[in-house]
Amino acid sequence: MTNPNGNHMIEIKNLNKWFGDLQALNNVNLTVQQGKVLVIVGPSGSGKSTLLRCINYLETPSNGEIRFMGNLLAENDDNLNCHRAEIGMVFQDFNLYAHLSVLDNITLALRVVKKIDRKTAEDIAMAQLEKVGIADKANKMPLQISGGQQQRAAIARALAMQPQLMLFDEPTSALDPEMIKEVLDVMMLLVEEGITMVIVTHEMGFARAAADEVIFMDYGCIVERNTPHGLFNKPKSDRTKLFLSQILQNN
Amino acid sequence: MEKPEQRSFKERIIKFPWWLVSIGLVIIVTLLLIINTPSFNEAFVIMSAGISTTITITIIAYSISLLIGLIVGLGRVSSGVIAKNMATFYIEIVRGIPMLVLIFFTALVIIPGAIKLISLVGDKFIGIGWASVGEPLAGVNIRMVSMSFRAVIALSITYGAFSAEIFRAGIQSIHPGQMQAARSQGMSYGQAMKNVILPQAIRNMLPALGNDFISMLKDSSLVSVLAVRDVTHLARLYAGGSFRFTEAYSTLAVLYLCMTVLLSLVVKYIERRISTNDKS
Repeated sequence: MTNPNGNHMIEIKNLNKWFGDLQALNNVNLTVQQGKVLVIVGPSGSGKSTLLRCINYLETPSNGEIRFMGNLLAENDDNLNCHRAEIGMVFQDFNLYAHLSVLDNITLALRVVKKIDRKTAEDIAMAQLEKVGIADKANKMPLQISGGQQQRAAIARALAMQPQLMLFDEPTSALDPEMIKEVLDVMMLLVEEGITMVIVTHEMGFARAAADEVIFMDYGCIVERNTPHGLFNKPKSDRTKLFLSQILQNN
Repeated sequence: MEKPEQRSFKERIIKFPWWLVSIGLVIIVTLLLIINTPSFNEAFVIMSAGISTTITITIIAYSISLLIGLIVGLGRVSSGVIAKNMATFYIEIVRGIPMLVLIFFTALVIIPGAIKLISLVGDKFIGIGWASVGEPLAGVNIRMVSMSFRAVIALSITYGAFSAEIFRAGIQSIHPGQMQAARSQGMSYGQAMKNVILPQAIRNMLPALGNDFISMLKDSSLVSVLAVRDVTHLARLYAGGSFRFTEAYSTLAVLYLCMTVLLSLVVKYIERRISTNDKS
């Protein structure tokens, strides 16, 4: 694939998003390099989830441009589905297909989008379930397994498509505390594999350990972009300081 | 699920389906009358010829209405302005006109009009020299379209609007996250609808669709106004000729009751299975 911008996986320029009168994203510029892990933190309503969902066009930007591996994304573009197939997404509420077993959840897109036959798709799916440690749950329905297992299945579903990029939208926010670790462990595994990831999370410990860079967002703007060490220990902006002090108080 | 070992006598009395037993009694009494009384017997024999017509019309019209409902329902939930407005236009028109009027209108205005249009188009084809295409079209005549067929179309159009609303509600009952997950994996809107949304939506819709079928079975009696020889029409003929109104209409009522009670038990069974599946 041609990539005129060197190794930029994502390039976002002057991105704006309005919901009615509310400006959720305010002139966001951002690049993510191949193989890097970017963590986005910020108070709720700061636009971090909206930014993430704009990257694969689940939200349509009001204006601005997004390039994925050099290709400009656009709504109603036939290529959009191809690009989406290369971008894995993990949701806060897991969003496993409720009518399908864990195994079929993973094979569905392989069969429908990538036109892989069922047998091969099931082999791929089992390998991914093995990786996230729930191969024994392959034939369970989503509601029959725990939240942590559901989220791991959702990660396996995204990974099975062999994505170039993984997006995580608060993957542990809907989980009971004792299940957060099992999901973060799987994500750490992916970090070690060198998959490019953009993660919205409130898990500051994970951000510190996994991120190559951390972004702090507030009121739809990127307030600060820093290394994890820099952002958590010597934040440049007062808003970042205030946010971090509130987070630390709560923990 | 655990069951309490022994229900109290009072609880059994309260929970017992007395209504079902009463309906059963009504049906049995009428059956006895049909077997033992010559006039009831005669009414039943004459009407029973129409049972298959009633059932056939209902099943065919219901199948077509499901197809209309799926297409129009998808239009209702689509983001396309034209599709949405066309779907809403159709639904509101059908809901705003009494079913009896709509049946007359479809059978005696829309279908003859459509036939006329087809033959006019055929004439035009002949005019421009495409006789091979034009002649079969120009030869179409309203007398070739039976009243049963028109009745089926009329019922389908009416119930298509109802099932469209069921499809819309069913699709909207599915959490938006399901669609987002499917789209995020690269599925097109259609692929996501077919593989993710509709299978879940239809499961939720089954009780409503079952009730719709029962309603249609009952409303199929309206096609008797088009002289389609269903049970109702035969009952009217018998009553009009013999002046045995009691025999004719009691037998007719019980015939419908037998069919609808059986069907509603099936719907209740499906409802219960779905809700126990959801709990597990």
